[in-house]
Amino acid sequence: MGRYVIRRLLQMIPVFIGSTFLIFFMVYALGDPVAALFGDKAPDPATAARIRKDLYLDQPLWKQYLHYMGQIFQGDFGTAFNGQKVTELMASAFPVTLRLTIVAIAIEIVVGITLGVISGLKRGKSIDSGVLVLTLVVISVPTFVTGYLLQFLFGVKWGWVRPTVSPDAPFNELILPGIVLALVSLAYVTRLTRTSIAENVKADYVRTAVAKGLPRRRVVTRHLLRNSLIPVVTFIGTDIGALMGGAIVTERIFNIHGVGYQLYQGILRNNSPTVVGFVTILVIVFLLANLLVDLLYAVLDPRIRYA
Amino acid sequence: MRGATHAKWAACAAAVALAATACGGGSDSGGGGEAGIVSSSWGDPQNPLEPANTNEVQGGKVLDMIFRGLKRYDPKTGEAKNFLAEKIETTDSQNFTITLKDGWKFSNDEPVTAQSFVDAWNYGADVTKKQNNSPFFSDIVGYADVHPEKGDPKAKTMSGLVVKDPKTFTVALKEKFSTWPETLGYQAFSPLPKSFFTDHEGWLKKPVGNGPYTVDSYTKGTGMKLRKWDAYTGEDKAVNGGVDLKVYTDNNTAYTDLISGNLDLVDDIPAQQLKNVANDLGDRYINQPALIIQTLTFPLYDPQWSKEGMDKVRRGISMAINRDEITKQIFRETRTPAKDWTSPALGDKGGFSATACGEACSFNPTEAKKLIQEAGGLPGGKVTLTSNVDTGSHRDWMDAVCNSINNALGEGPVCTVNPVGTFADFRNQQSSFKLTGPFRSGWQADYPLIQNFLEPLYYTGASSNYGKFSNPDFDKLVDEANRESDTAKATAKFQEAEKILAAQMPSIPLWYQNGSAGHSERISDVALNQFSVPVYDQIKVS
Repeated sequence: MGRYVIRRLLQMIPVFIGSTFLIFFMVYALGDPVAALFGDKAPDPATAARIRKDLYLDQPLWKQYLHYMGQIFQGDFGTAFNGQKVTELMASAFPVTLRLTIVAIAIEIVVGITLGVISGLKRGKSIDSGVLVLTLVVISVPTFVTGYLLQFLFGVKWGWVRPTVSPDAPFNELILPGIVLALVSLAYVTRLTRTSIAENVKADYVRTAVAKGLPRRRVVTRHLLRNSLIPVVTFIGTDIGALMGGAIVTERIFNIHGVGYQLYQGILRNNSPTVVGFVTILVIVFLLANLLVDLLYAVLDPRIRYA
Repeated sequence: MRGATHAKWAACAAAVALAATACGGGSDSGGGGEAGIVSSSWGDPQNPLEPANTNEVQGGKVLDMIFRGLKRYDPKTGEAKNFLAEKIETTDSQNFTITLKDGWKFSNDEPVTAQSFVDAWNYGADVTKKQNNSPFFSDIVGYADVHPEKGDPKAKTMSGLVVKDPKTFTVALKEKFSTWPETLGYQAFSPLPKSFFTDHEGWLKKPVGNGPYTVDSYTKGTGMKLRKWDAYTGEDKAVNGGVDLKVYTDNNTAYTDLISGNLDLVDDIPAQQLKNVANDLGDRYINQPALIIQTLTFPLYDPQWSKEGMDKVRRGISMAINRDEITKQIFRETRTPAKDWTSPALGDKGGFSATACGEACSFNPTEAKKLIQEAGGLPGGKVTLTSNVDTGSHRDWMDAVCNSINNALGEGPVCTVNPVGTFADFRNQQSSFKLTGPFRSGWQADYPLIQNFLEPLYYTGASSNYGKFSNPDFDKLVDEANRESDTAKATAKFQEAEKILAAQMPSIPLWYQNGSAGHSERISDVALNQFSVPVYDQIKVS
């Protein structure tokens, strides 16, 4: 087990280096960030040259990358153009997005799995068809549509919640954005759970458990659900990374100053330290979430062992 | 049991994650509620908030609240009026003596002296300080010493700036520039207190100025709370208790907050909401011209656009564009069809002319077709428009302009659009002179002067002359205008120079951009100045 974890952690290194290099290259290809700093006016050549030198932009790309990686390993993620340390931006953005992700994941798990179990057990019944149609609708509507719609209905028309989230972004204000963010994944979780449950409900071990005379509740939660959760956990695990990075739309709609906002600003202003720094952290989150998922398999199914 | 140990690990990880996020907490209702305080939408300033480093509206908004300079542009007329300056005297339009008024202070009680200005200007010009607005000081003698094109500066201060006594300093310019004092209302010329130099980091965290407001708190990326400075001695004391600027990532969201009562003022109505705005806000919607013009500039460095006779083609293209229709349909009248190369916000006295472009700026498809055919057609039979498309409905209007041109010429789809993904990439192509067809150029004036609309854009070799237009007569007229000490005469000279633009058409004036704003019922007396920034100090809160 320990060796497995170490091996997995070591595998992360090439992935990490490769992905950061790709991001670095892509941001670089977006154009000269210094030219955009001056707005509609022509950049003053001497000033622009100084800024370029300070930001290491006058060096060839591979040197810039090495310099950047060297900084990162010293914990220095560079400075955004407004003079703020990228680490400062991260410290303010990641907790917010993490809270939003937690709300979204919690909703996904509770609502998604419950709906999936119900419809899986009632396969072919009207409730099952209802859930299938509903999830299909949710999947096919883009997030920004549901976002603006729910914001308008709950925030503006009925005034139940504030349409935007305050800078501190406490949990209670994140419920509506959390729902918006969770919706599409929630539909997938429901469908995955449903299929898995519907398959396993005919399995031998379920029949055995029923034959032993176990109460139905125990059969479902301990035997049926636990074995059916592996694909669902896999999905939710990868979804953590996707939600954190993909919150750009939701965060914009609800004015949440999280990772999505910083990434958006970074891309718009061609600010490579911000974009590469944030994506680097997201890559790490993604890798760790996947590791956690793999470790969780053994909790769900003790037959799975790590060598 | 194996499973159980795994479960424990997972639980621990979750607990750590929760603990890390729990530190946010605490609710701050802010909103449009606090008595006497105006809440207003804001965008994250692009650069650190230093007067000489701020060249966009969001940072400028703050500087306008916390700084007052030698001159100030009247928010209504745009006229440059003496503010901190008692008088600015010159005999030769080249050497100026500036005398300050008594009694001005920074909000940390430090008096505003001649030194406060000279230090600030030297700092702004110093190349090692990397200030975006350095070129504003380039007219002063000694600029090249502190801001050499290459290498390290030879001096820390400009020799053209001399402090005579705490209330007086003199400025020597490299050349005659009669309207130079009028440029001093620009924020780059603001004075700076000593703390700016001694504790720069601290100052940036909480800027100190001499304006009607002081910074109460500033959280980068989130917002700024400004409060009325009670000891302010200027005549434009704030009539409200303060302003809370709240950063919005999307102007749609700000608009939503405005109509649901969480925000008092939005100074940028999103394009998608323009059709609802009359319904939602009624007379609380403001839409007025600002000092911004959008043009299509021709790459005159490319011989196919600059060769003999091409001026006819350029004029023809201009006449093929239906400005009225486009500003109405796409911009819902938040743009005004352009009639010259300046802006109506200058006023007739300032040099705006509704006739400068004349025929060439009015839609006339038959004449357009005739002109272009006479000159031998479009170069290579086609024309490609380029702009960044990440903001400002640029894609939409470019499509519309192309449609308009295609319809007028009736030769099929000869006009195409080249959309560039980001502003930075567009700037790259534009400033490295790689574009081979007309491209968008937007210009927001720094001060309400006709000079600022013409010289930086069309003078030979000027900094923002991206089309490389060059015309000796134009240059001569600009030089003469700058030497002219009588403002009215100088303006007339500039207008004469503008006639050359009308004949040569190095760029097609498209439309003037309006400032648009909306506000809640809580506040009144909301107005925008020529830079489309709300005049915060005059806003009344009920």
